Amino acid sequence: MNPANTHSHPAENGKPACSSGPLPAKLREQIIALLPRYPNKQAVTLPALHLVQDELRRVPLWAIREIAGILDLSPAEVHDTMSFYGFFRTDENPLGKTRLWVCRSLACQLRGGDELLAEFCDKLGVAPTQTTADGKITLEFAECIGACEGAPAVMVDDTHRHSLDKPEKVDALIKELRAR
Amino acid sequence: MGYEPVLLARVGKRDSLSLEGYRRDGGYTTLARVLKEMTGEQVTDQVKNSGLRGRGGAGFPTGLKWTFLPKGHPGPIYLCVNVDESEPCTFNNRVLVEQDPHQVLEGIILACYAFKATTAYFYIRYEYGTGMRNMQKAINEAYAAGLLGKNILGSSYSLDVFVHRGAGAYICGEETGLIESLEGKRAWPRIKPPFPAIEGAFRKPTIVNNPETLANVVHIMKNGIDWFKSIGVPPDPKNPRDMGSYGPKLYCISGHVNKPGLVELPLGVTVRELVDKHAGGVWKGKKAKGCIPGGNSMGLMTEKEFDTPMDFNGPGRVGCLGLGTGAVTVFDEDTSIVDVLHNLCRFFQHESCGQCTPCREGTGWMFKIMDRLKAGRGRKEDLAVLEEVADKIGIMPGTTICGLADGAGWPVKTAIRKYRAEFEQYLRSGQASKAKALPLAAAH
Repeated sequence: MNPANTHSHPAENGKPACSSGPLPAKLREQIIALLPRYPNKQAVTLPALHLVQDELRRVPLWAIREIAGILDLSPAEVHDTMSFYGFFRTDENPLGKTRLWVCRSLACQLRGGDELLAEFCDKLGVAPTQTTADGKITLEFAECIGACEGAPAVMVDDTHRHSLDKPEKVDALIKELRAR
Repeated sequence: MGYEPVLLARVGKRDSLSLEGYRRDGGYTTLARVLKEMTGEQVTDQVKNSGLRGRGGAGFPTGLKWTFLPKGHPGPIYLCVNVDESEPCTFNNRVLVEQDPHQVLEGIILACYAFKATTAYFYIRYEYGTGMRNMQKAINEAYAAGLLGKNILGSSYSLDVFVHRGAGAYICGEETGLIESLEGKRAWPRIKPPFPAIEGAFRKPTIVNNPETLANVVHIMKNGIDWFKSIGVPPDPKNPRDMGSYGPKLYCISGHVNKPGLVELPLGVTVRELVDKHAGGVWKGKKAKGCIPGGNSMGLMTEKEFDTPMDFNGPGRVGCLGLGTGAVTVFDEDTSIVDVLHNLCRFFQHESCGQCTPCREGTGWMFKIMDRLKAGRGRKEDLAVLEEVADKIGIMPGTTICGLADGAGWPVKTAIRKYRAEFEQYLRSGQASKAKALPLAAAH
């Protein structure tokens, strides 16, 4: 473990975002505000990880340590939970500005989901789990996202987009995400 | 048919999200009446006698589950609303929560009143961001209007409801996996017993209920037992253990149909009727080869079996695991069964939590074999190995802690048994599946 974590997140404009902590005060307050909801502090682990990743686009080691401090846990316990969910990113592979997930489960596969994922790979020039060079779009595949009536479907962060069944729609979405 | 939807009655209508809109449609009058005129025990009795069975997949009698809580427990008692809904092809809870959140919320409050829960955690999968935001707004409105918090509507009953987001893990739909995740740990399911009603979240008595189940509670309390039992299928008089299939069900229809969507019908509608009458029939003028009824875990059903009623007994009679979520995904006559099974095996391999060796290794090996089969490199002993693994992993063979493994094995068993000729064709000919290998997208 490198306590002086010198990796920085390649945000836009080349400026590193939050490379070594501490957590912004507002983020700390949001985590602490959740504590009264649960009878023990460990239950705030997942909400805290979400708050940090939504803001920093990954959960750096120093943030794990800080979350552990707030929740009276060891950093290993927080990391144990975090590493179970493939959802959370580390400094080595942070999320870009937008996370674009393409569903690969059966209802979408039956209506072109695999071809859709390949189309995004081709047009964005990345393989699944990678981020485009401009840092804007991280492409991933997802297991059933619950949008089967609009297959093939994708998610933009946590919002569904249905029926990406024509190349024009794919192009329009990429254009929209590149403009963010 | 003449059935008037109640669960989906407000979905798609103007103002379906707001408290004001819900009240205008008569919402929360049932809660007000129940709080004034009934005890929690009476509510539990009514739900129990209605014959409502859980809509999450297992079909356990809801009211009966509530009675498993220890009597006179000093509390706290918890409700976990299971909005993890990750069974592939299933999206009915998403629609309910996204488009009529107050209906679900009224069901939550009624249920919590029934068994004296002090706090309800609304565990919603991360992918349902819109549903989460709509429900959070509904909760905020409810607090402001005295429908949540201390002394609801002036009664002596108090309740808090908190939203808790998941992080993309199918196993969090398993009730003890959900509880472990809620507690901030790896979502590794627990050995049962003890069941959550005895020792659940934070080691306290906990009920885990599905949103569609809770929405039904509102209508059972509003319209009564006789109304609920007039819908669906009564128990088979020849089978004393049959608890019947009462009430409405939300059926998700997807795949190779002209009109994928969500429909509300009495339990017991057949697959054929769902496909032909409610989803516009099989697409492109084709014939169906089969379907997945009830989500991935229930196995496969051939087209010849489409007259099976989708109630709690029907799918079992044709070798499926059960009703599951009731979601029907149709695949047409040109679909490769190898592609379908490969997709399902990949899903279970990915989502196995890894805790139990038979599941972790078994789902891994089933997927590896399907990968080779799909690429045209199947071996003649593959089918026997697949069947052996599928038979040996799960709660039913007694080798795993939870039912994910049973769900992983069921599609393998049913696909090979019902479509053996097609698998053997692949093995004999060394053909690869028709789906092209896709460049760059091969990272599994």
